[in-house]
Amino acid sequence: MNLTSKALTKSIGVFHAACSPCNNCDIEILDALTPKHDLERFGITLVGSARHADVLLVTGVPNYKTAERLKKLYLQTAKPCLVVAVGGCACGRIMFRDSYNSPCAVDEIVPVDLYIPGCPPKPEALIAGVVKLLAKLRGK
Amino acid sequence: MSHKVIVPIGPYHPLQEEPEFFRLYVEGEKVVDIDIVIGYMHRGIEELSEHKHFDQVAFLVERICGICSSSHPYAFVLAVEDILGGERNVVPERALYIRTIVDEMQRIHSHLLWLGLAGHFIGYNTVWMWAWKYREPLLECFEAICGNRNHYAMSKIGGVRRDIGEAHIPVLEKTLDELSRASDMFKGAVMDDPVIQARLKGVGVLTHKQAIDWGTVGPTARASGVNIDVRRDDPYGVYDRVSWNVILQKEGDVFAKTIVRILELYESISIIRQCLKKMPAGAIDADIKDIPAGEGIGRVEAPRGECFHYIRSDGTNRPLRHKIRAPSYMNVASNKVAAIGQTISDTTITLAAVDPCYCCTERVAVLDKVNDKKIMNGWDLIKLSQGKTKQVRESLSAKPE
Amino acid sequence: MQETVAKFREKFSNQVIKSQEKSTRRQYIEFLPPDIPEAARFLFKDLNCRFATASGIDTPEGIEILYHFSDDHTGEVISLRTILTDKKDPQIHSIATIFPAAEWIEREIWELLGVKFIGHPNLKHLLLIDDWPEGKHPLRKKE
Repeated sequence: MNLTSKALTKSIGVFHAACSPCNNCDIEILDALTPKHDLERFGITLVGSARHADVLLVTGVPNYKTAERLKKLYLQTAKPCLVVAVGGCACGRIMFRDSYNSPCAVDEIVPVDLYIPGCPPKPEALIAGVVKLLAKLRGK
Repeated sequence: MSHKVIVPIGPYHPLQEEPEFFRLYVEGEKVVDIDIVIGYMHRGIEELSEHKHFDQVAFLVERICGICSSSHPYAFVLAVEDILGGERNVVPERALYIRTIVDEMQRIHSHLLWLGLAGHFIGYNTVWMWAWKYREPLLECFEAICGNRNHYAMSKIGGVRRDIGEAHIPVLEKTLDELSRASDMFKGAVMDDPVIQARLKGVGVLTHKQAIDWGTVGPTARASGVNIDVRRDDPYGVYDRVSWNVILQKEGDVFAKTIVRILELYESISIIRQCLKKMPAGAIDADIKDIPAGEGIGRVEAPRGECFHYIRSDGTNRPLRHKIRAPSYMNVASNKVAAIGQTISDTTITLAAVDPCYCCTERVAVLDKVNDKKIMNGWDLIKLSQGKTKQVRESLSAKPE
Repeated sequence: MQETVAKFREKFSNQVIKSQEKSTRRQYIEFLPPDIPEAARFLFKDLNCRFATASGIDTPEGIEILYHFSDDHTGEVISLRTILTDKKDPQIHSIATIFPAAEWIEREIWELLGVKFIGHPNLKHLLLIDDWPEGKHPLRKKE
């Protein structure tokens, strides 16, 4: 594993990009930062701009207003940037796949490295997902 | 000097660098006009509903909003039960109590969530951590009773899907005791803190007349003295069989909205306790098979206000039309008047004070009209708001005793 | 309980086409489209009813709009029904000029059903993207 990836696994800047979520996934992500689960002890912090992100957490179903912007956002991130689809909507749109306002799924807009299904995924599932991601990086 | 200022709010999930939910027009430090652009969350749920059968619709509407995830299905089943002759004529007693208990648990979790976010916006991160910490035992109760921390899937047409088991009750009561103590702590922290009062009093005022003209609902309306609450006005569940108070304030500012939500925590705890005592044994589901043709309206008091559903049925197993009106639809629009006259540093808390469905707080943009250059993003705006608290704190402690 | 509705029906006895009490605290009163603004104004200003929302539906008879008002003193919902029979170009006067609470929902009904609200202060897209194809209204029933 090269130096960049090695550094990446120690301190991860996470940018939260919401398409059209119902918010539950977003709240569970925030929940993962609060005292009970406390993701920050793994060196994971939320960052305010995509340009500082190592990981893009995508939630929700892309609709016409947000799909374009998700693409722009991904292009702005410094590579390597991993994309994590959090929640059933981001993984495969689930019950919204026939919506007139949703052009496509998240992985048709940006390449997804990790899918965390669930509606919403519990903070434990998020942590398990992150651990898998780190293991994947270290294995490279 | 006049320049157009757009500020993106929301470190939680600022979608991109050109968020455009609120466009603020600023003269100097003051907001003089605001353009509200929505549609980022629009998923066409009303249309999807026409393609699902009635049982599936409850799962669909649950996902309108994750925070009010019991309110929308409840309002939907009430609308269908309206066609069937009314909730009281259709749903078994025990189910009415369970619906009420779950709804009030939802209100507590939602108000604590808002309290945490509001605390964060004005720089009280400890409030955020503590409020969300106290949510956790409640979410665990939800998981034990409903099977999921969020998206409870409890309401179905004719009853509820799961019972509250005997083993759950002492755990729930213990959680309510903890929440009661936590509410005392938050009440003391907010009502007695001079810095919080300085930051929130007189900010984001929505007058009584404005609250009525804009059709606002919930704590947003009650904080402006508008005496409405669906639980009392058009009772459902068992709200007319337990005693509780509608909390009103009259100033209409962010402080008033905060007080209403904190005091509602106590009422919710009391309602749940009374329900647990009075809840009879019995069936939890009327096992409804067919929905006749007709139209019905169901509404519940979600944490944010009146959640309104209208259903038209043609006798088939799918709705002919399903109209959904979430409370934030009315409340967010009222920012057109409430946010005017505020300073930029007060904008975050003003916009957040109506407790919009959390994902909607995310996009406010500030740009310099003259140079057409973005001067602030959401991260910056929240920092500005937190910075103002620091200044207020310093100036208050500098005052001679 | 029925006082509000009685006063309302008395005032508009000539204009009411049909009036139904479908269930406890749910009244549906039908008007011709031109009478809606006056009825809405009376409910809002004189009877102090709160405007809850409006719902549009594509029916074989026309585009039906229901304006739902809540009388918070009695818990009743009074829904004013009207049918716009010209489905190619349905139009009705806006009530957003009477109270701003109706502004957003009229924009939504315009974009999702194609109803033009005459006199609306700001009739532009609310939920859909600005370059949504014209004439394509998602809530219209498929032929």
